[in-house]
Amino acid sequence: MSTLLEIENLTVQFNTAKGLLTALSDVSLHIRAGETVCLVGESGSGKTITSKSIMRLIDFENGIVSGGTVKLDGDELTAMSGRELQNLRGKKMAMIFQEPMAAFDPVFTIGSQIIEVIVRHKLGSRKQAWARGVELLRRAGIPEPEARMKQYPGELSGGMLQRAMIAMALACGPELLIADEPTTALDMTVQAQILQLLKELQQEFNMAILLITHDMGIAAEMADRIIVMYAGKVVEQATASQLFGQPHHPYTKGLLQSITTLDSIRKSRLPSIEGTIPGLAELPEGCRFHPRCPHATAKCVQESPPLLKVNGRQAACWYAGELAGKLGDGQAVVQTNGQSASRPCSPADIVHLEPEPGYSIPSPFIDIIEVKKYYPLGRSIFAKHTSSIRAVDDVSLQIRRGETFGLVGESGSGKSTLGRMILQLEQATGGDIRFEGRSLTGLSEGELQKTRRNMQMIFQDPYGSMNPRWKVSDIIGEPLRVHEAMNASEKRIRIEALLESVGLNPKWADRYPHEFSGGQRQRIGIARAIALRPSFILADEAVSALDVSVQAQIINLMQELQQELGLTYLFIGHGLHVVRHVSDRIGVMYLGKLVEIADSEELFANPAHHYTRGLIASIPWPDPGRERIAAGIAGEIPSPSKPPSGCRFHTRCPAVTARCREEEPKLAQVRNSHWAACHFPA
Amino acid sequence: MSAKESVLAKAVWQETKPASPAVRNSRKRSVSDFLVYAAGAVLLFIVACALVPGWIAPYTPTEMLTDRIMQPPGGSHLFGTDYFGRDIFSVVVYGSRDSLLIGIASVAAGLLAGGAIGALAGYAGGIIDMVLMRLLEILMTIPGILLALAIAAALGPSLANIVIAVSLSAVPGYARVLRGQIMSIKGRPFIMAAHSIGTPGLSIFLRHVLPNSWAPLLVMGTIGLGTSILMGSGLSFLGLGVIKEVPDWGTLLSQGRGYLTVAWWMATFPGMAITLLVLSVNLIGDKLRDRLDPKHTRG
Repeated sequence: MSTLLEIENLTVQFNTAKGLLTALSDVSLHIRAGETVCLVGESGSGKTITSKSIMRLIDFENGIVSGGTVKLDGDELTAMSGRELQNLRGKKMAMIFQEPMAAFDPVFTIGSQIIEVIVRHKLGSRKQAWARGVELLRRAGIPEPEARMKQYPGELSGGMLQRAMIAMALACGPELLIADEPTTALDMTVQAQILQLLKELQQEFNMAILLITHDMGIAAEMADRIIVMYAGKVVEQATASQLFGQPHHPYTKGLLQSITTLDSIRKSRLPSIEGTIPGLAELPEGCRFHPRCPHATAKCVQESPPLLKVNGRQAACWYAGELAGKLGDGQAVVQTNGQSASRPCSPADIVHLEPEPGYSIPSPFIDIIEVKKYYPLGRSIFAKHTSSIRAVDDVSLQIRRGETFGLVGESGSGKSTLGRMILQLEQATGGDIRFEGRSLTGLSEGELQKTRRNMQMIFQDPYGSMNPRWKVSDIIGEPLRVHEAMNASEKRIRIEALLESVGLNPKWADRYPHEFSGGQRQRIGIARAIALRPSFILADEAVSALDVSVQAQIINLMQELQQELGLTYLFIGHGLHVVRHVSDRIGVMYLGKLVEIADSEELFANPAHHYTRGLIASIPWPDPGRERIAAGIAGEIPSPSKPPSGCRFHTRCPAVTARCREEEPKLAQVRNSHWAACHFPA
Repeated sequence: MSAKESVLAKAVWQETKPASPAVRNSRKRSVSDFLVYAAGAVLLFIVACALVPGWIAPYTPTEMLTDRIMQPPGGSHLFGTDYFGRDIFSVVVYGSRDSLLIGIASVAAGLLAGGAIGALAGYAGGIIDMVLMRLLEILMTIPGILLALAIAAALGPSLANIVIAVSLSAVPGYARVLRGQIMSIKGRPFIMAAHSIGTPGLSIFLRHVLPNSWAPLLVMGTIGLGTSILMGSGLSFLGLGVIKEVPDWGTLLSQGRGYLTVAWWMATFPGMAITLLVLSVNLIGDKLRDRLDPKHTRG
């Protein structure tokens, strides 16, 4: 295979209000024709900037290539004029973005945007371009492509738009396709479909793919070679099997260990990389990873290691050769240091919070009884409320004291709505919610206020969930101010104690949220949630927006707090492996219905509902040797305004029969404490 | 302590984090700082003019030097003289009081009324929002100056009535801006977070919604200051203002307009005074907004 893209010693700087910041230093990598290379690393590691530098899109963001070369098929890109680049972009190299919704121009039809690319690069008349557009959309798996060509981006779902984006990227037959987190914004089921599509198209079009991802599972599934970046530098480069088999850089090892897999020991403490990735303005001297590295020595602090060939791969670590043996032996190498060193990862540390037999027979902690939430469609006062969106439709379940109940499902399944109804942030249209035996639905404002002490919430977006004009002390102090009469000094002591209990420096109480990293902000969010010592916490996608390494830190913290404070969690998530790791029991929702509920292990070992099976099958495995056995679920979740008749899943179910289309299955016991709503459970 | 120890002694919370050292762009910074100081000086001077005009003006504003009619700027008359032989600099200095009064009072009144309506409409939503907004839209269909004219005509000429007329015509603008801000802040997750904590609605409004919404009003208000002075003068020009011995800047401007070809200084200097006032208030307003935003003050 010939080398298609060759980047040598690329250094990129950005002109910002804080001065000139170096975003990439000395990045060298190459991609051969027809190869898939994955670029992995935490956010802030420079993955996206690398891809944008190849396309020279950094030109539009005050970025400058201040050193090194980028050669595509022998042509030097860094020296090209804007016009020459325009002729290459879209034709020889094309890009797919993370947010398909944002990457399309909303005022033009899908068709006109695809045609524009083809006509711009003089690859045919408008008529030919139309025909090619239809063909491409069909190939990208979009039903009725002719009709879709005439539709606007807003009329298509996220998954369909990402397919259309791929079709557009392929319009001129590029040799290099850059995909920047192409599935991060999509549901797990759709993600599996898109990845499969990319694989097929790569073969067909014989193009090279540079896939940027933070998900090691995706990297394992897709990549021939993997490049690991950290703080603007390449730290390791190896084939997928080499990298997963024996990581040579401590950072790579840390990334691999932070992944929760379906066979990890549930409830155990997850190994994580402590600390956070440094910002560009305060890059450490020497090896940039040394402040977080458990193996750092004086040499690492002083001298920056070059990217060297070790055992047939490249690694930028002074001790890559020596460490390789240690790193590979399966020990938890990226140790937790400092205050958490007292809790190393050992089998003895596994938390068993299984309820004692017979424990759940008395009145459940939270009892959700036939709860419904309908949103009326159409706002006109004159219209009769004949149609409505049934976000949650007749769901009953119980949450036991002290357990973690996981709730999973694609977006649109109603899981977040259900969670908010428990906290009375949304009013149920019907049914009842009982908290410790008391009905919440009929409470007065004052009574509700009192109950809120016991029920708190952790949000998906930690930054968005804090008033940006408030100091941390005010944010954490808000529940105390509302619910407890405390004087200023008492409050201050409580706040500092809370900060310390979530692993933050108590001196940081006077800082503002924007001065913290994502993981630290989520710690602040948790501190606020536990300030009143609640008994129940709703964690709505609480770790979904965080990097894997940080995700592990937060999960560990949540589990520690659960033990210490005897908390009950409702953990809503779309990352199934994460939900499995933390939950005692899991409920699966689909289109407003609870379709399966079982103990965590049982659900993953013997999924009964075909939807659950599909969800599990669509999880990418962080093991390059493992082929995906079962296909995920085809198609996309239908609109909740007109759910399918009978079993709502029948449109996508592989085992559908005539009965499924007509008769709605009731939740029935499959095994002991395992219920599923399916006529023909597997 | 060896490097290794120093690394390992770290607790979780000692993560190297965004303390974002102020890598400052010193040139940019000093230019903007200089502008703000200059604006402050200009504003101070204008306020001094309004408070103690006698200390600053070389002549009294009513003194007619019949031997020096329509003299160009220079010599003993910094801004020249007008058709009565009055020293324009002195008239401008004395006129600052009414100009400032009209400007500040009508902006303040407009901001208060518009802000209150916008806040109510935005936070309450639903039917209240609909009714208030339709009313404001009706108000907006009438051109500002026409509305002010009608009000001033109905209420009779007086300084207070000019303020009422001018501020009322600015109300819909302020209301709409604040309403939009509040509606977007209302949907942010931290409002939901406050609800989930159990914070009462009024407290959410006062502590979360309002502080995050009013910044654009500040900027609008500083720009509105100039418009208000001009509109006040427009009313005076049409004879609906107060007939006084000392004309305000707007009145001076409209009086001098007719002489632009023969005596350019008559309109130019009052006009410059208005421009300088608006510019400096605007600069200070911008700085103030940045100061009040925690993101700008640190790092």
